[in-house]
Order: sequence, then structure tokens, then C-alpha cells
Amino acid sequence: MALHLEIEAIQKVYPSESPEGRVEVFHRIDLSVDPGQFVSIVGPSGCGKTTLLRIVAGLEARTSGRILLDGRESEERDRRIGMVFQDYALFPWRTAVRNIEIGLEIQGMPQQKRRSLAMKYVRVFGLEGFADKYPKELSGGMKQRVAIARTLVANPEVVLMDEPFGSLDSQTRNRLQDFLLRIWRERKDTILFVTHNVDEAVYLSDRIAVLSPRPAAVCGIFDVALERPRDRTGPEANRIRKEILELLHRPHTSPVTF
Amino acid sequence: MNWKRLAPPLAVLVLWQAGSTAGLIPGFKLPSPLQVLGGLADLALRGMPPGHRLHVHVLYSLERVLWGYGLAVLVAVPLGILMGWSRRVRDWIEPLVEILRPIPPLAWIPIAILWFGIGIRSAAFIIFLGAFFPVLLNTVSGVRSIDPLLIEAAQMLNAGRRFIFLKVLLPGSVPSILTGMRIGIGIGWMSLVAAEFTGVRQGYGLGYMIMTARDIQRPDEILAGMLVIGLIGLGIDGGLRLAERRLVRWR
Repeated sequence: MALHLEIEAIQKVYPSESPEGRVEVFHRIDLSVDPGQFVSIVGPSGCGKTTLLRIVAGLEARTSGRILLDGRESEERDRRIGMVFQDYALFPWRTAVRNIEIGLEIQGMPQQKRRSLAMKYVRVFGLEGFADKYPKELSGGMKQRVAIARTLVANPEVVLMDEPFGSLDSQTRNRLQDFLLRIWRERKDTILFVTHNVDEAVYLSDRIAVLSPRPAAVCGIFDVALERPRDRTGPEANRIRKEILELLHRPHTSPVTF
Repeated sequence: MNWKRLAPPLAVLVLWQAGSTAGLIPGFKLPSPLQVLGGLADLALRGMPPGHRLHVHVLYSLERVLWGYGLAVLVAVPLGILMGWSRRVRDWIEPLVEILRPIPPLAWIPIAILWFGIGIRSAAFIIFLGAFFPVLLNTVSGVRSIDPLLIEAAQMLNAGRRFIFLKVLLPGSVPSILTGMRIGIGIGWMSLVAAEFTGVRQGYGLGYMIMTARDIQRPDEILAGMLVIGLIGLGIDGGLRLAERRLVRWR
């Protein structure tokens, strides 16, 4: 059951020591993610991609604007949203399978039922033989698979991913991208994915939103209407990548005068 | 077992024994290792004072430690978690801790005797003070050193405050708590022996035992008593290390 996510006129202002007394991270961000759609946000580093995701997650406050799920705004943190973190955020004292099942434990599912469901995810995520290992005994790629399984098994209706493959080497990263697409094709989750890697965004997404530097705004939306599995270096992928890179490198600030 | 590590103490023992046998070390000040062994046998079989045998002294001392230390852990761990969890609780308790902590546990002995008289309650109180602060401070720092990301991860899975407290903060601070418990029992055990110097009502306790041996000029028994005190401290520390390794395999 995937939901429609709307990010409506999000503004974020921090108080600061600067002469203006405030730093505006976003003036106004609007973005819509259809049910079952895979949308990526790319942007220069420091533009506030992660901040935006944390605002949608309800981990950080917004100055104004609304987050709507199927047209409904939630008072507090919306419990229908799940999140995958860049640094995995696994509980180091729990084995892989006990990390995966923790969301079910929170939901109050009886021990046997949640364990068998978690074990199903262990198999689907290719973690057989590692169910009883502690996070310190797992590789980065395996840790992130555990983290993704932990988020998905709890069945959120919108999944946020904050540069989940950012700290992996490029081969592991490519493998996990394919893996994520396979899982997503089965489940059709609504995914909002943050990355600074344009190739990754083009390979994975249905739609890409490009953010400008601070104060960030959506400065471009690209629909990637390519069949999957995609050719990472096909002409159409290259064309979109080129356009996005040009947009990212265009100077947005007023030109420097000497 | 690393046999190489045994060589230096063995060499010291041999030299010591040789010095004593050759008459270079006065026996009334420092008896030879063999005499100390004899003293140990006397303590175990005849007792000091006579009839008060070693194993009973050990049991009395352990009982006092168990009370003082057990209470310290029972109070310090929950309080420490609360202090780590809530800024308000921390702001209230921390200044009190800062004032009380630098006072050595032994400096409390006179007031402890005034409050509790001479006996197990006084001794347990001194041990409580010795063990309490290390356990408390390590628990607080354990809770505070938990990665906030883990708390957010739990929140994103819709965990409530109770779940976060019991299933994130508590297990996450176990390594620190165990470190505090090890430091605490060390200080507690040292304080106990000194607390027993000031007198015990039942006539038992390792500290009391070696003070009695001093009163009747038995340096061999003093040293044998010191040896037992050290070995028991070593054993307790070893036991806690073992527990630590078992409980925090994930580290």
C-alpha cells in the first residue's frame, strides 16, 4: 500500500550569528511523489538535501509548509514514513535478524511470528548465514541490506533513503542499486531517495528533482522514462545526466565582480 | 597462561627468601616467603585471634561488600540512566555529586560510626560510597555516549519513549555500566579493609584480622592476610571481566 507524498511550500530558516540573524536553508520547496514512484533528490553538497529528508521524516522541524500523505497532514511525526540512513544506524548489540525484527517488536508482534517474518527478509535480502552475526561482523553492503530490510519489514507507506549507498565502494554500490530495484519492483513502495551521485539518480529513479545551492529551491525536474533494467551508459541516460550536471554547475549566485 | 610473566615475581620471591635465610632481612620486620606461608596456614587452621579462622573472616568481609556494593549498583545504575536520559534530572543531581565525590570514602568512617555504630551497616555504608560514584558516573556517560542516530532510527520505526529507554538506552550503556561496576568493586573492596581497621563488632573481617595480627606482633600473618585480600580482589575483578566479555560480545 503505497501512498502519495506531497511536500508543499517547505521553508526552513535557522537562527544564526550572521549579520541577518538567520540562515535560510530553503525558501520554498514543492515536490510530489506519486504512489509507488521512485523519486530522487540531487543537489550540490550542503544544499540541504538531508535536512529536507529529515523534515519529511519528522526528525527536524520546518519553519512553514506542509507534508501530506494521500492529502492528509499529520500532527506529529507521521508514523507511516520509514527511513534508511546513510550510516546504517544498526543497533550494535542486536544480531542482524534482531535488528530486522525490531520494528515488528515495536508494533507488538509476538516473538515467533516476527522472527519467522524477519527470517523471510533475511533470505530475500541474501543474508542467510549472517542472521546471527552482530553488525560489527558484517560488511558495509550487508549492513545496509540489514538496514533496508529493517525499514521495509515494518511496512512503511513511504520510504525515505538518505544516501544509503554513499559510503560503499562503487561495485558494492552498483550491486545494491540492482538489488534495491528488484525489491522495489516487487513491492512498489513510494520512495524518496537522496543522493549526490547523478549517475545513481538516473539509474534508479522515475523522476529526479534537482536542488539549487542555498537557499535551495527545486531548479529542475527530470522524468526518466527509461525501461528497466537500464543501460547505465546508454544515450538517453547520458543525455539526462548531462543536462542535470549542467544545471548543477550553472552559477546560481550573482556573478562575482572584480 | 603466559609463563614469562611469572618470571619477575618468582625472581623477587627467590631473592627475598635468600635474603631472609642469609639473615640480611630482619624477620620481625619482613618475614620470609616461607614464614608467610606458615602464617597463612596458621590463619586458616588456628585463626587470628585464635578460633577466628580465615574462611570466616573472608565470609564476613564478603557479606559486607555484597551489601554495600549491591546497594550501590541498585541505586547508581537506575539513577545514572535517568541522569543520562533527562537533562533536568542531571542538572539537579550533578552539582551534588560534584561536591560529594571528591570526599574519600574513608573520610566518612567517623560519621558512619556516629550514624550506624560499629558493625555491618557502617562498613556497608563505606563500601557503598566507594562503589557508588564510579558506577553512577560511568552509567551516565554510557547513556550519553549513545549515538543519537540510534534513537532516531528507533523513532523512525515508531518506538515510544519507553521502548527507547528499555531497548536502546539500557543495552547501549551496558558496556559502560560494567566498566563502572568493575572500578566500583575495586574501590569498594579497598575501602572495606580500611573500614574494618576501625573495629568490627563481630570480631570478624579481613581488615580486623590483620590489625589483630599487628597487635600481637605477627608480621607473617599480616602479610598472609594482605595476600588473601589481594587474591580475592583479583578474583572478583576476573569474574567481572568474564561477565563483561560474555555480555558485550557485540563490541
